Parts: sequence; structure tokens; C-alpha cells
Amino acid sequence: MSFLLQQLLLEPRDILNLDNSQITQILSQARNSKLLASLAIELHRAGVDSQLPAVITRHFQSALLIHEKQKRDLAYDVEKVKLALDSIDERLVLLKGAAYLLSELPASRGRIITDIDIIIPHRRIDKAERALNETGWESSHINAYNDRYYRKWGHEIPPLTNTKRGTTLDVHHNILPPTAGSKVDADLLFENLREIKPGIFTLSWQDMVIHSATHLFHEGEFHHGLRDLWDLNQMLRDFPDRDPHFWDGLVKRARDLDLVGSLFHGLSYAQQIFGTPLPTWVIDDASDWSRRLRKPLMDFLFLRAFRPDHPQCALRWTGLALNMLYVRSHYLRMPIYLLLPHLARKAWMRRFDDGEPSREHRESEGV
Amino acid sequence: MQLLGHLSADDFRQRLTRGKIPLRVGPYIYNLQSNVPSVAAGIEVLYADFELADPLEFVDYNIAILRNGFLSRIRGEAEFLFDGKSPFDTIPTGQAYAFLEWGMNWCVSLHTNEYLKLHAAAVSKGNTAIIMPGVPGAGKSTLCAALGLSGWRILSDEHAMIPPHTAEIVPLCRPVSLKNESIAAIKSFSSSAVFGPVSKKTHKGVVVHMKADLQADSHDTKNVQARAMIFPRYSKDERQQLSPRPRTDSFILAAYHSFNYSLLCEAGFDAMRTLIENVDCYDLIYHDLNWAVKAVNDLPGLQGA
Repeated sequence: MSFLLQQLLLEPRDILNLDNSQITQILSQARNSKLLASLAIELHRAGVDSQLPAVITRHFQSALLIHEKQKRDLAYDVEKVKLALDSIDERLVLLKGAAYLLSELPASRGRIITDIDIIIPHRRIDKAERALNETGWESSHINAYNDRYYRKWGHEIPPLTNTKRGTTLDVHHNILPPTAGSKVDADLLFENLREIKPGIFTLSWQDMVIHSATHLFHEGEFHHGLRDLWDLNQMLRDFPDRDPHFWDGLVKRARDLDLVGSLFHGLSYAQQIFGTPLPTWVIDDASDWSRRLRKPLMDFLFLRAFRPDHPQCALRWTGLALNMLYVRSHYLRMPIYLLLPHLARKAWMRRFDDGEPSREHRESEGV
Repeated sequence: MQLLGHLSADDFRQRLTRGKIPLRVGPYIYNLQSNVPSVAAGIEVLYADFELADPLEFVDYNIAILRNGFLSRIRGEAEFLFDGKSPFDTIPTGQAYAFLEWGMNWCVSLHTNEYLKLHAAAVSKGNTAIIMPGVPGAGKSTLCAALGLSGWRILSDEHAMIPPHTAEIVPLCRPVSLKNESIAAIKSFSSSAVFGPVSKKTHKGVVVHMKADLQADSHDTKNVQARAMIFPRYSKDERQQLSPRPRTDSFILAAYHSFNYSLLCEAGFDAMRTLIENVDCYDLIYHDLNWAVKAVNDLPGLQGA
């Protein structure tokens, strides 16, 4: 079940044994998994980038330049968001990619972001949205149904876009929707924040890992599945070195947040795909009989989802597995009596008039 | 060296369907795949004189335009795939050829940063190149096509790629994209122009591509020294003129026309400075192509051209 990209992220030196057609494949897989810059950094750290011909390294260099530009832009945008939140005396708490990058964690090496994610206590969200609106972050054009859906059933408000810079800001008040099976007490997250720069916070390291795993196993689309698992692997290799007590309360913390199932899957797939070293007792503690029972089915689904989204990497039944995961992500997020009308409505809007910008508009900027 | 035009028609179609057409385009290799007849016809005409790379070489960009299944044939839809994934919505089969060319541009726009890239046409004579930046509709492609049909070598219709610390252009010759009125303008300018398939009702109107490798040295890979930067603007009502413009102001305008000036940061500033210090800058307002070609031919300081 192993594939080239996974092998090279772990053993960058192996690239020297590949022929041109394999390197063509690797670049293609890495680019479409949003891992090209991450791979570039691993190659550099292993000292093999200088041994590759220039026609190949120019692609790695280019990806690194894009990554560097994103870091600069992020620092600037985050400063502006902070000013807006300062005006209402609210702390800026970064999530996911933005948090890794500004904390300069190993998980940020080559990390590409598509938007900035922040979290704000639910009771403060209206005020925060107004403060952000006043400083140039405006609600994207989405139709009334989607807007209502976000606000009523979501764990975030509709995405905000910076009118001048085009950056997208996702303002969350929880890490899972209120309708999800797991009931996450978001107040707990705010109790253990880390201040990474004056006035800029992230979740604690344990919560970052739990959030990353949760995000991964509640997502419906896996275009970035492998990248997200790589994040998790990087964190799980890094945090225990910095904090000798990292493993101690991890499972208990996940239990308190009602997210131990996601943590279990996150840990086990990081280990299965990237060989992440984990203490046995942690994985045992997170496991239970029902998770062990479901593991073969989960393996069928997720070992397919964690391959690059590339025809060369598709296995038998990959399409089926991805469809099942899409449905799964929805029933994890909401009970069936809400889910069915929602999916019907979505299908209707896709078919006839969705009122949202088309994929081409969203993704082809820069053409 | 094997050119695409050396393949028999059958062999070409079979290889294209299987995705085995590695074309050398300037410093890059694009591997093309398509089962759409208009795409095959376009490639056959417009890329006949391009070199097929060795199948064992590293491929920079894998591109496919495919119709899959009965339903997409009935609907007249095809898909553009890059790295096996579709970055755009499905495309009408009737516009497939235009999307192939746009997709090939898109690869360079998004994924290459080893050069300072300007959204510009570039032409040369001998070892002297002219860069012509312009917003879409400014008439840069039309002028580029007319110059190409008047003895100039077309270096690029879309991307002027400048290696940092130089005022040189990296040749990236591909078909010139002509839109709407400029198609008739070029047809009446020269009867020898060769065109690919017509794509109608695209978001840019009617689009047609013109064969661009018309000179013996069209596929040379050596960089060419830039001597002038011309900002063309098509205007029916204004007096035609070619007038010098200040360098500082041209710097800002060229940066505006760059795909990656800000991405390259300080290196981008330095690259732009080196370029601007080494070229003379002009505004060109025109509506008559013959007049514009003569004005460029007579440009002062292009000795050797």
C-alpha cells in the first residue's frame, strides 16, 4: 500500500535512486497533495537537493518561494486581524496552518495555507464580526440558505474576505458543529492557550494535536488528507521532545473534549502511514472494543483517502471509499433528520442555481 | 531530433490519446494527452515544428483534455486535467483548444518562479529583444502576431521570463492567442498566417491561435538580450504615436504587469531594476498594424536588429 510520496517524505535520499519518470510522478503527486514545498524542505534537510539536476530543483525552489511569500503575507494579515480584535478587547487565537506557521513549528516546514483560521468564544462572535467588517474583512457572497446554515448549524460564521488583499479568514467558535455527535466544550480550549507572540495565541500543543486529528476525521473531502496527516505526524514527533509530559494527559484531554475517537484514528493512521513513534500505552488507552471492531472498515476507507489525489495512486474501490467518507463526514456532523433535507437542498442548488462563485472563479486566480 | 510533424497522423493520434506527447517548449517539457478531435487537430497544425522530447526525460507539466463517458459526449463537455486533477469547471468541447493553450499558460503563471515573469509579449531580431507588457485587450498579442509575420522572431505571446541579474529573455515560443476583432485584423495583415481551431463564445469571446514559430531560429534555447520595453495600447480614436516614457514610471507599470514581482520580494525588485536600467521604454498608441510594425522596425537604438 505504500506510495512514492510517502516514502520520500520519510527517506528523502531515496529520490537519488528514482528515474525521471518516477520523479515526474513524485512532483505531480506532491503538487496535487499540497506537499511540494514540504518535500522540498525535507530534501534540503537531507542535503540531497543539491545533487538533483536544475530542471527538477527549479520546481522545488518555486514551491519554497510560494511558501515564503505566504509566510510574509500571513504575518501581515494576522497583525491586521489582531488590531481589529484589540479594538473589542478580544484575544487572537490562531488555528491550524496559521498557528503552525507563526509558532514556527516543524509542522510549518513548507506548509501551504489557503485561509487563516481563528477561534473566538461564541458569545463574542457578533461583536468580532462587526469589528472585522469595519476593518475590511467582509462576508463572501453566499446565498441566503448557506448563510443561515452556517450561522445556525455551523461552528464558524461564513468566511470573511479581505477586500483589498483577497485573503480568506475563517472565524470559528468551536472545532466541531453543535450538531455533531461529539459535544465539544469550547470553553475548555480557551483555558490552555499558548501565547506565541505578544497578544497572539494558539491552542495548547495537546489541543492542537486533538484538533488536527478531529479535523482530519470529520472532513468530507480528502484533497489535503495526506498533508493533514503529515501535519499530525510532524507534531507528534516534535511535541514530546519539547514537553516530556506531552503524552501524559493527552488521551484524558481528548476524553474531556469528547474527541477521543478522532485522536485514536489520528494516532493510528499517523503511525500506519508515516511510522510516527507512539508509546503503546497511549494508543491502548485511546482504543476500545468498538474502535477495534471498526478498524478494518476504517482502514479500507482511510488508507485510500490518505493517498495523493492522483489517478496514479488510486486503488481499487478508491472512488467508493471517498464517497462513503463524504457521507460519513455528514452524519458525524449532524443527525439524520437535519442531514437529509440539507443534502437534498445542496443537490438541488448544485443542479439548478447555487448562487455561489463557481470553482473556476475561486481557483483560477492568477490565470 | 524528432519533430512532432514527423509523426504519421495515426501515430500522433494514438500517442496523444495515450498521453505520450512530450513537447519541448522553451525550457520546459509539457506532456499532452487528449481524446478530443479539435485539440488533436490544433496541436497537429500549431506544434508541428516543435521537438518531441525523449520519453525518458523529466516532464515539467502533465496536461490532459479528456472527454470521458457517454454523458459528457452528449453534453459536449470535456475536462482539463493538471497533475491528474481538474482545477477548473468542465469546459465545452467547442472551446477545448483554447483551454489547452490557457492551461499551458496557467502552468507557467502559477508554478514557475525561477524567472521574473511579466505578462507580456516578446519578440526579437538577431540578439535584440523587445518586451511588450499589456493588460488583456491592449493589443499586445495582435502586435506580436503582426511583428511575427513581418520577420521578427516571436519569443512569447504571454510570458516574458527574465532571469534575475540580467536583462535577457528566456524564449518560450508558443502559438499566439488572437481574440475577436484582432483575428480579422491579422488575416487582412497577412495571408500567410496559419491558424488553429476556432473557439467560440469563450469568456473572452472568439479565440483563435496562430502558429508562432515562423523563423529558422524560433526554437533556439539561448536567451536574448532585451533592449526596449514597449507598452502598446490599441486605440481607434487617438493619434498613433511611439513616445519615450520615463524609466521610474515604467518600473512601476512593469511591476504591475508582473506575475511574481511581489512573490520574489527583494530579488524581484533587483531583477526589475536590472531589467529597466538596460531597456529604453516607450508608449505605443496604434490602430494600424502596418504603421505599428514600421514604428517598431524604426525604433532608434536597435542596431543589430
